This record gives sequence, C-alpha cells and structure tokens, in this order.
Amino acid sequence: MTRTVDGEHLVGQPIDRIDGPAKTTGGARFSAEHAYPGLTHAALVPATVSRGRITAIDTAAAAAVPGVITVLTHGNAPKLNPPKRPTPANLSTLVSGTQVNYLNTDEVHWDGQPVAVVVAETSHAAREAAALVHVSYERLPAVVDFAAEEPNAVAQKGNPVMPGSAKKGDADAALAVAPVTVDARYTTPQHHHNALEPHATTAVWQGDELTVHDSTQSITWLRKHLALRFGVPEAKVRVLAPFVGGGFGGKGFAWPGTIIAVLAARATGRPVRLLLTREDVHRAVGARTPSAQRVALGADTGGRLTALVHTSVTRTSRVGGQPEQVTAPAQHLYDATNIRTAQSQTTLDWMPNTSMRAPGDAIGSFALESAIDELAGELGIDPVELRMRNEPERNPIDGKRFSHRMLREAYALGARRFGWENRSPEPRSTRDGRWLVGMGVATAYHPAMQFTANVTVRLAADGTVTVRCGFQEMGMGNATVQAQIAADALGVPFEAVRVEYGDSALPASVMAGGSMQTSTVAGSVLAACGKLTRRLSTLARRTGMQGRTPTEILTAARVPFIDAAVGSDTRLGALAGQARMLAKVVRDQRTWAKAACGAHFCEVRVDADTGEVRVSRWTAAFDVGRVINRKTAFSQLRGGIVMGIGMALFEEALVDRRTGRIMNPSLSGYHVPVHADVPPIDIACLDEPDPTMPLGILGVGEVGITGVAAAIANAIHHATGSRIRDLPITPDKLVT
Amino acid sequence: MAELRVRVNGADHLLDIPPQVSLLDALREHLGLTGTKKGCDQGACGACTVLADGERINACLALAVQYADREITTIEGIDHPIQEAFVRHDGFQCGYCTSGQICSAIGMLAEHKDGMPSAVTGEPSAEGEELTDEEIRERMSGNLCRCGAYHGIVEAIGEVAR
Repeated sequence: MTRTVDGEHLVGQPIDRIDGPAKTTGGARFSAEHAYPGLTHAALVPATVSRGRITAIDTAAAAAVPGVITVLTHGNAPKLNPPKRPTPANLSTLVSGTQVNYLNTDEVHWDGQPVAVVVAETSHAAREAAALVHVSYERLPAVVDFAAEEPNAVAQKGNPVMPGSAKKGDADAALAVAPVTVDARYTTPQHHHNALEPHATTAVWQGDELTVHDSTQSITWLRKHLALRFGVPEAKVRVLAPFVGGGFGGKGFAWPGTIIAVLAARATGRPVRLLLTREDVHRAVGARTPSAQRVALGADTGGRLTALVHTSVTRTSRVGGQPEQVTAPAQHLYDATNIRTAQSQTTLDWMPNTSMRAPGDAIGSFALESAIDELAGELGIDPVELRMRNEPERNPIDGKRFSHRMLREAYALGARRFGWENRSPEPRSTRDGRWLVGMGVATAYHPAMQFTANVTVRLAADGTVTVRCGFQEMGMGNATVQAQIAADALGVPFEAVRVEYGDSALPASVMAGGSMQTSTVAGSVLAACGKLTRRLSTLARRTGMQGRTPTEILTAARVPFIDAAVGSDTRLGALAGQARMLAKVVRDQRTWAKAACGAHFCEVRVDADTGEVRVSRWTAAFDVGRVINRKTAFSQLRGGIVMGIGMALFEEALVDRRTGRIMNPSLSGYHVPVHADVPPIDIACLDEPDPTMPLGILGVGEVGITGVAAAIANAIHHATGSRIRDLPITPDKLVT
Repeated sequence: MAELRVRVNGADHLLDIPPQVSLLDALREHLGLTGTKKGCDQGACGACTVLADGERINACLALAVQYADREITTIEGIDHPIQEAFVRHDGFQCGYCTSGQICSAIGMLAEHKDGMPSAVTGEPSAEGEELTDEEIRERMSGNLCRCGAYHGIVEAIGEVAR
C-alpha cells in the first residue's frame, strides 16, 4: 500500500465524515426537500380492514378541500404494471416490498394498505383531505393473529445463501440422554425500523423521463423496478439518494409510498412530494417479523455441548415477505456434537415482513445466547468459560473452514476492559441501594459477504481523484471510507479524493444491506485504483518520469486525466456481471464460513420495587476484520448496540389480534432508546484483516445488534434471578 | 387565510397561510428552510427543534401564527462551535436528527445556565454548576437518534459545555 504524503496510511484513521459540514448546517437535502416549480404534495389513505374488497370510495368531501388537485383511487389511477414475482434471475424483482398493484386493484391485503392518495398544493391540504376520504369495504375473513397461527406454520424454503434448516448427527436423541439440559421457548415481537426520516419521495416526470428523489437503500434495483412498473426503459429513469435519513433495512425495498408518488406525478403531470407520516411508516412499510423460538441444549457435566436444537416460527404475508435466518447463529457458534435447526413460517393477512438490521441473527441470537447463559447457570460454569469450552475450530454444522475467527481474543479483550472477573457468580447477589446490579455477556455474530459493484476512478493531472459509484449513504460513512481507501491506493492526500455516490446515473452498485456495501465497493475501488496505477506506470516509463508524482507524469505525457473502470453497466456486461456476482457469492459461501463476531459485556441496574431496568455500562470487543475508519465504524457498532437496547427493553409493535391493526404506530407509542437510556459504550476492535475479503473488511453494520438483547436478559437474570424469555423486558414482567 | 410576519434567522418574511399550518410546515414548505426536519409531526422525536427567542421548541407542535412576533432561529441561522464538535465526535450518522439535536443542545445549555432543573438535578441547579454527562443525557432525551449516535452527541455537547 502506498504511503500518503505525510507518511501515514489513511486506512485505519478516525477521519471526520466528509458530509459532516452539510449535515450540521442544514445543508444536506433529503428526498422530501427538493424544490421544483409546480411541486405538489401527496397524502395516503390507509385501508381500515385486513382483508376485503373496496365497494365504494367517496372522495367528494376530500376533493372539496381548498388546494386539492385530485384524489386517486383504483377507479381513476393510471395503469401500473404489476410487480414481477421475485426471482434470483433478476435481482431487481426482489426489491418489490409487496406483490400488490397499488391503486390498480379493489383488493385489500392488510390493514394500512394505501387505497387512495390525495394530491394537493400544500401538505396540510393533502393531509386534511386524506382524512375525509370515505372507503366502504366488503370484509373477508382475515388471519391476523400470529400466536394463534403458530401451530399452522410450515417449513421455510431454503436457498444456497440461507438454508431453511440444517442438521448434524441426531440432536434430539442426544438431548434425550444428556445429563444437563436446557429446553426453553423464547419470543420476540414485531419490530419497526423507524428511521428518523420517514420514507420520502419526490417524483418528477418530463415526458417519459422520470426523476425520483427517494430515501432508498437500493438505488440500482429501485430504478429497474420503477422502469418495470411504469413501462419505460430503464435509461429513462433516474433515482437520486445522496442523503438517506437512516434505513436499517426498512428502505431496502420499494414500498407503496414510492410507487404511489410516482403514479400521482404521472396522473397529475406535476412533481409530487410524498413524505410518509409516522403512522404510514408503521402501516405501509414492512417490519421485522415476530418470532417464537425453541432452543434446547444438552451438555455433559464438563460443559461440552452434545445437543443443540434451535427452531423458529416467523410470519410472512400472502402478498410478499422475506424469509429470515433466525436459527443461523446455531449453525456457527458452538462446537456441539449434534445440531438441528429448523425454520418455519406462518402466512398472515399482514403487511409483508422485511429485513431489519441483522435479519434473523438479531432475534435468533437472543434465544440462543439466552439459552447458553441458562445452561451456564445449570452447570455452575462461568458463561464466558462455557463459551470458550465450546468454541469450534471449524464451522460446526458442516466443517467448513473459518476464513478468520477471533472470538476467543474478543472475549479476552472485552472481559479485561469490562472487569468481568469482578462478577460474583450468584444471581441477585449485588445490591446498590434500591438497585439490583447484574452483569451479562453474549456473543455477537454476523455473516460477511462480498458482492460486486461497478466503479470508475479518474486521476486528473491536477492531482485530484474522482471515484464514481452509485452506492448508498444513509449514515454509514461509506463515502469517507472509500475516499480513504482510494487515497491510500493511489498515494494521494485524502483531500484530493472526491467520491460521487447516491445517483443511478453513476456506475451501478449493490444495495446497502447485509453489511456488505463497504467491502463490496472497496473491492472494486481497489481494483480500479490498481488499473490506474498500472496505467500510470506505463505512462511514466514512456515519458521517462518513473518515480515522479501523478501530476508530473500526466503533465509530461500531456494527458489531462486517466480513467479506470471496474464492471459494466451495458446490457450484456451487466448480465454477465450479475451472473459472476451470484456465482462468486455462492462459491464463497460453499468454501468459507466468514463472519464478523464479538463479545458484549453489560451491566444493568434493576429497581427492586418497580422493575425499571437501566443499562449502566457497556463494553463490546469485536473481530470485524480491518477497521477502515475508527470513528465511523465504531459509531455503527454503537448504533447497533443502541438498537439492541431498544429491542431488549422497549420495542414492540402492539397488534390488535382481532383486527390486525397496529395500536401504537407512533414514536410516542413505539419506544426507541433515548439519550437517557444509553450509557457510554466502550468499543474495542481487534483490527485483524480477514484474508478473504477486500482489505480484510468483514462489515460493521449489523454485527453490533446481534447478541445485545441476550446480554441484557442475562444481566437482568444475574441482577434479579428472573429469567425473561419474552421481549421486550418491560417492568411488568419483572415485578410479577 | 392568515397574514403574518415571521422573523426567521434575522430576516422578516410575510406569509399568507391557513391558521392551522404548523411552524414546521411554514419553515419547510413556505420558506424553503428544509434544514429543520419532520420526523413524526407529533412532538415525539425532536427532529424539528428550533429556537424561539433562544428557547427550544418543537416546531411541529407550534402554529406559525403563534410565533408571529418571535425571533425564530433554525439550523440555517446557527453558527456555533457545537456544530464542529458534532463532526469531530461523530455525533450523527444519517444526519436527519442532527439539526434538531444541535438546536436543542444550544437551548439546553442556556436552560442549564439559567439554573433550570431536570429529573437528574432534582432541584434548581446552582449557577455555574458543571453539566455532567448524566445531565446532558436527561436534558437531551427529547431528541431521538435512531442511528444511535448518542455517545458522540453527549461527547460533543460536553466538550462545548465544559
């Protein structure tokens, strides 16, 4: 790696975000903040039944509100092509949040499905009118109660990346004869991403050309999806998303707001802005599925696991939804002699579920890591020691090699920083006034993946470098990190690099998800920089300028700039690239078990009388491969832990089991962690590169949240002696 | 419709808007000041926090007509060392709550200076009493950050306060 002018590598440095000034001065424009002449505002009308047919829509009162331009329903909305069934042959089909053809059907598939949209001169007029639209329904029987449907769950289909079930030996037989066992049921409720920016779209048609500012995590796929739905060539659609106000998976797919805003712009011939209300965010965007899980563990008296069974039931919808790898952690974490994992799903008349930060792993790790703690209690072995006794040399389920795994080192580092040796083994043995104090621990684990991204890099004679890639930025700091990587690779100062992103007019990238964006884009940036360096050497030899600066070489060669491209967006090139990408992902999955991992240590204080839980200390030590930017990477890891605190203690969508309606679709009803809920969070990273990933990056977006809820539940058990297996751990569950 | 004169970031603006329009919508839609964010429109998230005569308020819960004669400061009108501190301490990720966090922090620092108590203080704080991290967390709890950048936000505010 080339050194920069001051002799320091930029990779690894805690460099401030390049978009910091824009975000701290109000200069950053998000998707509902673009001004257009003649801009209109839209508001959605949600269905009030879970399943049925619309028999009539009375829009007269709404249309009479001053400023209303039109009210669109299935009776008068322009035609829209239906979404394609998801297929791996065309990855953009995966981006459809649901299979519903909004405002082109009289069918209602979930409570909250938008059935009309008001377009008005102002947002207040649109909202007022939306409340006046009266919809009549023929109600049909709906299945909305997840708990009641649990017995009807069917086996979840698997794929090469996400197996539905897995088996080694005979775990059930081993469990039956194990001298020490734990066999428990755990549940997690529906969680909502609730990014602070509600989903936002500004849609502008000029003839058959469409420009969409959208809060999306999937620029490339959304563009393809819009082209398909609106019957225009992909080249005519441009999606812009340079600033996205948080996503966490909730902006990965095309939800109704985006499609309907574009539809409304087409119908009115005017630019349309649609910023979802917070209620819409809960009722018209997919959420994390609720889950019911069983973890059964069998061990010998020395604490060696002989049996590990992990099964899950989640929900999907009749009109879409994602499978979740809830039991994946059980395939990777423990060297159990016998393992069985199985996932099943119920199908409900509900908004389709969708990926939310560490889908599957976040909730699966709660059950598994709680159960391991329970087993440690049964055995009288320290929970860290129990984990170390079962730490595998190879991937437990199939014997694949780990590309890299430093969980032992993470535990050692975390325990030292946290002061784990000060913990008394007895539950309910530490008291500080009215507070019962406890310490808990759990493992974090999230698979690492690398896809492909197209990138161009330009080195100009003035010494500047431009990296162009249509990746997404929703707070991860990717532009900053890619600038660090390019600057190091080309030996130029950080300030010389400009990164262009967040625009479908740029070379196509992967979606932001699966903790894979940074490593994926880095792989392409490095490859492009390598090409540029070779070209520069050739030019240097030709002009006799070996060893000189890029500016001197390019000036001597009388070349204003040189470009290097990785990947192609032409039709054949794009198809070939997608095939290569899929092949590589599957091949990688077959060869290696690769993942980021870590150890969470936390201290909680529980009010002995009220059951109030305060998280008072946190240390997490991670093996996330190489850390490119300590500042932004640590922030993401902390952010995952904060969301995990919410999952452990507060977050729960309350669903009316009769009607299927969310009863708390607001930030005052659905509680996310606030400042006072979050202690200082001590982060340590081993910073050892993974040998199979670009620059050794394993990804930091999701591993942070995994294990968090279990660490807290375990600490609460240590503090109080109460084992709570149903999230969230609210005071009522502790004072009974 | 109601005609009103609002003073925002030192400049006077004439608005002719329905009386039910919130200060937030007036700023974002009628004055084009989109630095103030809409996160919930229900007073639950703090993303729309602005300063009214130096006091922090949720602009989504305020009617524009109520603030006709007040001095409104939005993020676009703020030039304060806390902005740089937020960048240095990585007190944000996506940036959507940031305008509100910054306006709220400036208002909060003034409240603390004036001896206003909090649930942590218990009683009116003495003049010049140090603003602890625990106090900052308590006093900033009306501003949600879903990215979970609280650690950096508290560091940034603490640095400016001490």
